[in-house]
Amino acid sequence: MAITKEDIERLADLARLNLTPEEIERLTGDMETIINYSMSKLNELNTDDVLPMEHVLPIRNVFREDICEKSFDREEILKNAPEKAEGCFLVPKVVE
Amino acid sequence: MELTKLTVCQAADKIRKKEISVPELTQAYLDRINELNEKIGAYITVCGQDAGKQADYVQKKIDNKEELPLIAGIPAGINDNICTSGVLTSCGSRMLSNFIPPYDATVIKKLSQNDAVMLGKLNMDEFAMGSSNETSWYGQVKNPWNPERVPGGSSGGAAAAVASRMACYALGSDTGGSVRQASSFCGAVGLKPTYGLVSRYGLAAFASSMDQVAPVARDVTDCAVVMNVIAGHDPLDSISQDRREDYTSFLKNDVKDLKIGLPKEYFSGSIQEEVKEKVLKAAKVFESLGAHVEEISLPLFEYALPVYYIISSAEAGSNLAQYDGIKYGYRTQQFGDLVDLYKKSRSEGFGEEVKRRILFGTYVLSSGNYDAFYNKALKVRRMIFEEFRNAYQKVDIILGPTAPSTAFKIGEKTVNPLDMYFNDAYTVPANVAGLCAISLPCGFDSNGLPVGMQIIGKPYGEGTILRAAFTYEKNTGGNGGIDCGI
Repeated sequence: MAITKEDIERLADLARLNLTPEEIERLTGDMETIINYSMSKLNELNTDDVLPMEHVLPIRNVFREDICEKSFDREEILKNAPEKAEGCFLVPKVVE
Repeated sequence: MELTKLTVCQAADKIRKKEISVPELTQAYLDRINELNEKIGAYITVCGQDAGKQADYVQKKIDNKEELPLIAGIPAGINDNICTSGVLTSCGSRMLSNFIPPYDATVIKKLSQNDAVMLGKLNMDEFAMGSSNETSWYGQVKNPWNPERVPGGSSGGAAAAVASRMACYALGSDTGGSVRQASSFCGAVGLKPTYGLVSRYGLAAFASSMDQVAPVARDVTDCAVVMNVIAGHDPLDSISQDRREDYTSFLKNDVKDLKIGLPKEYFSGSIQEEVKEKVLKAAKVFESLGAHVEEISLPLFEYALPVYYIISSAEAGSNLAQYDGIKYGYRTQQFGDLVDLYKKSRSEGFGEEVKRRILFGTYVLSSGNYDAFYNKALKVRRMIFEEFRNAYQKVDIILGPTAPSTAFKIGEKTVNPLDMYFNDAYTVPANVAGLCAISLPCGFDSNGLPVGMQIIGKPYGEGTILRAAFTYEKNTGGNGGIDCGI
């Protein structure tokens, strides 16, 4: 399968990445190699009657009592925020 | 006496006999780091002051004749994707180059409860994505056996630090073989626990259905000792299992009852001849000690790699969406709207390999590709899981190489990403199927580089793989580890 520069640009947009022209160039080739290898390999196998396995463990929901416990201190959490004000994370204006 | 040559158990014994003190031992490691780290690059952060304080504190307890856990006072290095309260946890990425966690990972809490001494945080491939430590924002880690070679990865700093005696033991992480392959390249012992056995709380998520914290040590005994500390149920990790055992109780010199399977697929194809030879020689050792060794077949072996890369990239793409330049981590200087802020922060914060995996993960999950890639990989994952389950009806453990070669040269495999990915061919099956596995040294190649063999066990079969590894080590003079000579 051929992967185009436009495919990579679309993926980058979905993944919220900007790529330089050189990165697009390189990644287009890389992605085509990886995609074709994976697909041709897996298509050798017939999986019609196989159920997908998301997880190796028999996962059940884990319940606990709904009890309030002491959590992180707000100031402590905000210490890592690039920009903050009045106890909140600051982001660019979202609503016009 | 060179204090840094002692294993965890030897040092613990001497501390109790008052032959050495914890501050002396800690200082010896800090001196060693001071001397070697510039050359090897194993540490991103060294916590000299805190380590010194902790050493004094533990020594005081010992002087007061308090009964202490085995690892008390023994200096360790921690992979930089494991959260340490108040200490930079960068994941080897510019994205987290300013991230100071406000909390400890569960494994760090457990080390603290056991009075461990933390020397610092270890270099790694960015977000654990890599097999050679060449993707770290903090620079290349060098293999202590030969600085022109890679240490393996992603936990290359952990393996290099233990092998070059800059840490008595280390905690790394193993999502696709990171700890085992790096241990193999550096001549250390690394164990990937069964999925769910060790808490992932505070381990930066890469591929959540496979991530495990994993110990690196000089010998098998030390690995068991560290497992005793870190394994066990944690309510903060929803997949955490309550299956901890006393792993040191399995350290017996006896394999007579064991059936060992050698998958023929593991010894054909592109494997370095000397690696094959050494691992087969190890099989002979087991046979001479009374184990039953037989050839088995795991025809799905070659499919584990594409399955791994599809699933791990899909999960990574989702997990790494949290890095948006808002709550923590890197934020770009100049931006317009919110989406521009996200895009610029992520593009400047992530390195190329991380971007490649995010793109591939986005591709396999996007509409039109989901069934052909992601869902297909999940189906093949079940087939691989079943194939191992059937194999373990016949044999107790599976023996093979850890990696297809010994440590390769820096830059040798950075052109074509598939060349690098093939390095993980032998380690990813255990992650895909949720098994446990250990890598330990089994000789050297003609360049004097260590060869690693891998023993793969059933889920929760840590006891059996530790016993087999211990028996091999005991009968080949490997106890106490091998010396890289620097």
